[in-house]
Amino acid sequence: MTTADLLGKLLQVVMGLAVFAAVVGLLIFFIDKAPKKGRDYWQLALFLLPAMLFITVGLVYPAIRTSLLAFQDSSGDWTLDNFVWTFTQPAAIRTLINTIIWVLLVPTLATAIGLAYAVFIDRSRGEKYYKVILFMPIAISFVGAGVIWGFVYDYNGVGEQIGLLNALVVAAGGEPVQWLQTDPINTFLLIVVMIWIQTGFAMVLLSAAIKGVPTEQIEAAQLDGTNGWQRFMNVTVPGIRGALVVVLTTISIATLKVFDIVRTMTAGNFNTSVIANEMYTQAFRASEVGRGSALALILFVLVLPIVIYNVNVLRKQREIR
Amino acid sequence: MSSVAPADLPVGENLGSIEAAERSEYGTKTARVKKRLTSRTATVIALIIAVVWTIPTFGLLVSSFRPAELIRTTGWWTIFQNPGFTLDNYRDVLFSTSSSSPQLGAYIVNSIAIALIATLIPLVFASMAAYAFAWIRFKWVNWLFIFVFALQIIPLQMALVPLLQIFSTWLRPMQAWLHDVVPIIPEQNYLPLWLAHSMFALPLAIFLLHNFISEIPSDVIEAARVDGATHGQIFFRIVLPLATPALASFAIFQFIWVWNDLLVALIFSGGTQDVAPLTQRLAEMVGSRGQDWQRLTAAAFISIVIPLGVFFGLQRYFVRGLLAGSTKG
Repeated sequence: MTTADLLGKLLQVVMGLAVFAAVVGLLIFFIDKAPKKGRDYWQLALFLLPAMLFITVGLVYPAIRTSLLAFQDSSGDWTLDNFVWTFTQPAAIRTLINTIIWVLLVPTLATAIGLAYAVFIDRSRGEKYYKVILFMPIAISFVGAGVIWGFVYDYNGVGEQIGLLNALVVAAGGEPVQWLQTDPINTFLLIVVMIWIQTGFAMVLLSAAIKGVPTEQIEAAQLDGTNGWQRFMNVTVPGIRGALVVVLTTISIATLKVFDIVRTMTAGNFNTSVIANEMYTQAFRASEVGRGSALALILFVLVLPIVIYNVNVLRKQREIR
Repeated sequence: MSSVAPADLPVGENLGSIEAAERSEYGTKTARVKKRLTSRTATVIALIIAVVWTIPTFGLLVSSFRPAELIRTTGWWTIFQNPGFTLDNYRDVLFSTSSSSPQLGAYIVNSIAIALIATLIPLVFASMAAYAFAWIRFKWVNWLFIFVFALQIIPLQMALVPLLQIFSTWLRPMQAWLHDVVPIIPEQNYLPLWLAHSMFALPLAIFLLHNFISEIPSDVIEAARVDGATHGQIFFRIVLPLATPALASFAIFQFIWVWNDLLVALIFSGGTQDVAPLTQRLAEMVGSRGQDWQRLTAAAFISIVIPLGVFFGLQRYFVRGLLAGSTKG
């Protein structure tokens, strides 16, 4: 980077800020100077204008257009070929299967580990530090996590293994494995990375919910002579049902959209691709815009029921309160 | 998409207020329950999970300070048998100008420039919209708000292809013109990334800020109206200052989200060191030099140090914002 480059970048930021400030200033000026007649309407429109413009250009129009592109071939004729390809080509089917494996394993395991951890550390000494440790990966980018775990999975052709996993295998008397190139174990190893990131999220939410379960209920169960496991299953779990649903659905949605981990660690090679990664590969690497759009649409259709269910649960919770 | 409404969940002060929970209101009764609930096995399992979760990051950090030769031949856990400490890896990835080294300096500047403005734009536009939705009342406005709220379910992937086409038709000529007028600004500039990130952030931002701004007591707003304040004045002098905690939560979430993003960068940045952020460079290094661990470890650590700093420094805001937007994208 030369000094001129740096100056150019600084200039861009300064100009960006100046233009942005000017736009906002102008808007506020017109808002305050709006004509007396229909004043509220004018002001409302001006307050909403920038956000609505951005949303229309950046989300509404593109989403409609993508939905249409999914049903078109490269010359613009209507067709179902893109979906036929998605559901018949072995590689594409593998992508769908992988996505299903991801969305079955990540939410359940992340929630289970997070819940166990939250219960075990509940009201113990140093709970705060225990929480920080598990929650920290969530601040790390998926790309960073990819590098961190890529190092764990490293395979050394000659000499000592420097990847922790292979070192453990060798120490146990086994042969080192090229983990990320070996199908099907590689998909599961990528899933581990996502679980590593999401468990902290599950733990924090569930821990807060556990603290909301009344102590009296637990004590009453205790007086009835129940053991720890029975108390957990019959008092704690029903008490945090709402939080469990939110955690499971939220992680499911995040998992369906997972892209960076796969992109960074294997780029979808060796049968590890998932829908979001394949969408990128088809639309932006292979120039198969129709197929990419079809995959995006499938992703949307998969996310939709989970979101609706989630919103319903949240609404019911609010009604109870 | 935020399917987690932050206002509905008791998560606000999670990491910060645990001591508070341990204080008075529980007291001795809790202490008794606590003793019976936490068995030794539970503590051991929790400890094992904590260690397993830390080891990968710890290994990366340790390795980034080891000489390249040692990283290549020995595991980082043998650091006591094979001691060695160096800052060369960091010096190499940050300051070396040789064409084979990653030259991260330029990308760090890019990441900061992109994240700052891509946080500021949605923050201001969303709070304006949230104010209008909350305090300028018309019936159909509620429907518009529900529509914006519903837009959160659209995955990024649905918007990428058409938005790229829009940008190459409308934005590209503008960028070229700007480059002609001010040659110091490269033809590939930050504009597409600023706009794309802002657009994708708005539905969540409007929703979050609306939750907060609509809770401002109506007495305050009406009193100002009676005193003859305009909407512009109310927005700047009353609403924005009162909404600071919500603004901070969203700003931190958005900053980290943009900083950690790879997908939007891959599509809109062009990939040169004029625009590409740190994550994109790091992903590229993994692809082209996946075995250069001395560089990868140092570069990865540089890329995660700012989010981690924000995480440890502003934990309360961070948790609140992150939980609220946990499924964005």
